[in-house]
Amino acid sequence: MNTATAIKEHSKISVKDLNFYYGKFHALKGINLEIPEKKVTAFIGPSGCGKSTLLRIFNRMFELYPEQRAEGEILLDGEDLLTSKKDVALLRAKVGMVFQKPTPFPMSIFDNIAFGVKLFENLNATDMEERVEWALRKAALWSEVKDKLNQSGSGLSGGQQQRLCIARGIAIKPEVLLLDEPCSALDPISTAKIEELITELKNDYTVVIVTHNMQQAARCSDYTAYMYLGDLMEFGSTEQMFFKPSRKETEDYITGRFG
Amino acid sequence: MPEKHLSTQFDSELSAVSTRVMELGGLVESQIRNAIYALSQFSAEVANQVTEAEARVNAMEVEIDRELSSIISRRQPTARDLRLLIAISKTTANLERVGDEAEKIARMVRRIINSGAPRSLPSLELRVASDLASGLLRKALDAFARLDTAAAVAILKEDDLIDKEFDGFVRKLVTYMMEDPRMISPSLDLLFLAKAIERIGDHSKNIAEFIIYVVKGEDVRHTPMEQIESVVK
Repeated sequence: MNTATAIKEHSKISVKDLNFYYGKFHALKGINLEIPEKKVTAFIGPSGCGKSTLLRIFNRMFELYPEQRAEGEILLDGEDLLTSKKDVALLRAKVGMVFQKPTPFPMSIFDNIAFGVKLFENLNATDMEERVEWALRKAALWSEVKDKLNQSGSGLSGGQQQRLCIARGIAIKPEVLLLDEPCSALDPISTAKIEELITELKNDYTVVIVTHNMQQAARCSDYTAYMYLGDLMEFGSTEQMFFKPSRKETEDYITGRFG
Repeated sequence: MPEKHLSTQFDSELSAVSTRVMELGGLVESQIRNAIYALSQFSAEVANQVTEAEARVNAMEVEIDRELSSIISRRQPTARDLRLLIAISKTTANLERVGDEAEKIARMVRRIINSGAPRSLPSLELRVASDLASGLLRKALDAFARLDTAAAVAILKEDDLIDKEFDGFVRKLVTYMMEDPRMISPSLDLLFLAKAIERIGDHSKNIAEFIIYVVKGEDVRHTPMEQIESVVK
């Protein structure tokens, strides 16, 4: 059963009757979901429930693999991104993504951020410097790297690398930021910094985060979707989901009775 | 809590703290019984026993709070588990207050005995109210152990009976005091005592409300009865 709870927010992404297949495997089953604008929405659920799959459809990442297929509609500001003829690079500039493992490019900290910006904008040196500083400040990394912008991004700690990736993602000023388990490889202090950052980011962006850590979803999201075996089981405000979920399946999962 | 957690340790911690609450409930119940017995027999000895046992009630409350803090800090409970732990905390506080009321009854019994006028006071009139109050507390504890919302609603209704008994008793006591003004001072002690009994009913009612909170996730304090009944249905 897939229920789309009516949420009184303006929705940035509307998922309508979405089915997704890995070859013959039916990975997402008739998903209906509204992702509210400038809020943090968390996807939780056990491994293999389809939460990362759903996230990857939002910027058509799945198209990299020929045997993967999506049916249904995903409206980004009303436009179906599955049938859009627009350049996928432009879509991904609008819908940025940060992955589980930090993936800095093998270049300097400065270039890590400038690289993406150059693809879409033609900035002079001063404007580019401003943009890099702006992105690093937004990602709460500026004070830690401002004296070593020319050093390699891979020399940073795991937590710093992940914040660098977030800075890189926001430097091109996307509208949506997708985070796929952004803290699973990080220590608690770095995790806390990223969570703090997520709360900051929702002032400007629509954030969707996939996490295995339910406490993380509870701490930093406004809305939570619980998925299981390709179904969206329940979607609602995070407060409601963690205090009084309406479905027993959701309660069993978040209270650790599942399995 | 029928279904088990993946962590059996968490289950045993929850069941241990629930057991402690029931132990506290049992202790408080016997405090009430002894206090009422002390009143009916004007027994200073039994009243003193109640006062002495009060320290154990307080110590158990502190111990349960410590266990609760430990579970919350280590397990980060959510949903029904969280509601259960909050309800246990509130129930424990209410039980400790019932313990205080029992001690207050014991203290008033001693004062009435010392005033030298016990037999002529209308203390027997409190029999019905005190039986109702101690029965209600027992029912509240039973319902809490079984998380029985239907029983909880019945308890909420029954508390009204105790309130009515109390009002009736106050009217009789006023008449009694008007008839014999020399009895005003011990009668006031008896009034405080009656109030303590009435408060036991209130605490039982609070416990019943937390049962509904755990099971239904609705806070029904200060809520009209019709609304509570529709929540429980």
